[in-house]
Amino acid sequence: MTLHWMHVAAGYALVLGGFGALAIGAALRHRAARTTLARLDPRAVRRGGA
Amino acid sequence: MDDASTRTLPAAGGAAPPRRSAGGGLHRFANPGRFLRLSGRILPWLTGVALAVLAVGLPWALVFSPADWQQGETVRLLYIHVPMAWLAMGGYLGLAIGSAIALVWRHPLVDLACRELSPVGAAVTALCLATGSLWGKPMWGTWWVWDARLTSVLVLFFLWLGHAALVRAFDDAERGARMGAILALIGVVNLPVVKFSVDWWNTLHQPASVTRISAPAMHVDILYPLLACALGFTLAFAALVLARTRAAVMERRIRALQVAAARRADARGAGA
Repeated sequence: MTLHWMHVAAGYALVLGGFGALAIGAALRHRAARTTLARLDPRAVRRGGA
Repeated sequence: MDDASTRTLPAAGGAAPPRRSAGGGLHRFANPGRFLRLSGRILPWLTGVALAVLAVGLPWALVFSPADWQQGETVRLLYIHVPMAWLAMGGYLGLAIGSAIALVWRHPLVDLACRELSPVGAAVTALCLATGSLWGKPMWGTWWVWDARLTSVLVLFFLWLGHAALVRAFDDAERGARMGAILALIGVVNLPVVKFSVDWWNTLHQPASVTRISAPAMHVDILYPLLACALGFTLAFAALVLARTRAAVMERRIRALQVAAARRADARGAGA
């Protein structure tokens, strides 16, 4: 692997890793909130409000 | 529980009528139940389209587009660096517009969206700086120069970070949102500096090549995969902000329900 390709690979890994980490974080936070909300207010979740 | 959430969040579920005020029709969307239902329908499609566009754009950029005659394979970094730069600036413009709306109409959902936007904006600006640095080392022979474009983007990164920190620094979330909105509006003066820094000063960074008034200065073999990647990352950015805002709205409803339950328990305790 040339130096150019190493820099390209590092750049793509950073961007895809960054977006992936943000997506996983958002999904986990979303799931935790939905679970807690379903426990506290099951009717709202059934109505599609979460 | 802060004032912003109690103002529009119904105690149990999102069916409360929207508050009428100077904001007019805008406040129809302040109903969190309506927002959650609408965004719940949009989010899977937005995510799916973003992934589909990136599934086309990234292999096109990495494999099928030609190497540049001067830059060699390093040109492939531009397919991620340029979209990150556009998102950093476009996202900040969105933050400033959202902040103006939040300040004028006191729209709590816009406050929440701005609060959730700034960490994602800071992340894409950091990625813009990092990928630019990775491109700069083989091309310019250095990771960093205090060039007007690079420095103004670094200032933009600090503005994103400052907003993210400021809106979380107050116990009263509404006050934090107001302070953050003021910072966002002050910081918007940096956007023309970023955009025109390459024209106003003699910089190492090259001038604009896609968003020129006349015509893009690059061949379609490079331009098309760049536009595909830009579209894919823009949709992914929007999906991320929407998902974070949905989670934040649900978290506020959870806090409202917990506070209401605690008050009921207190009242029962006082009555017994």
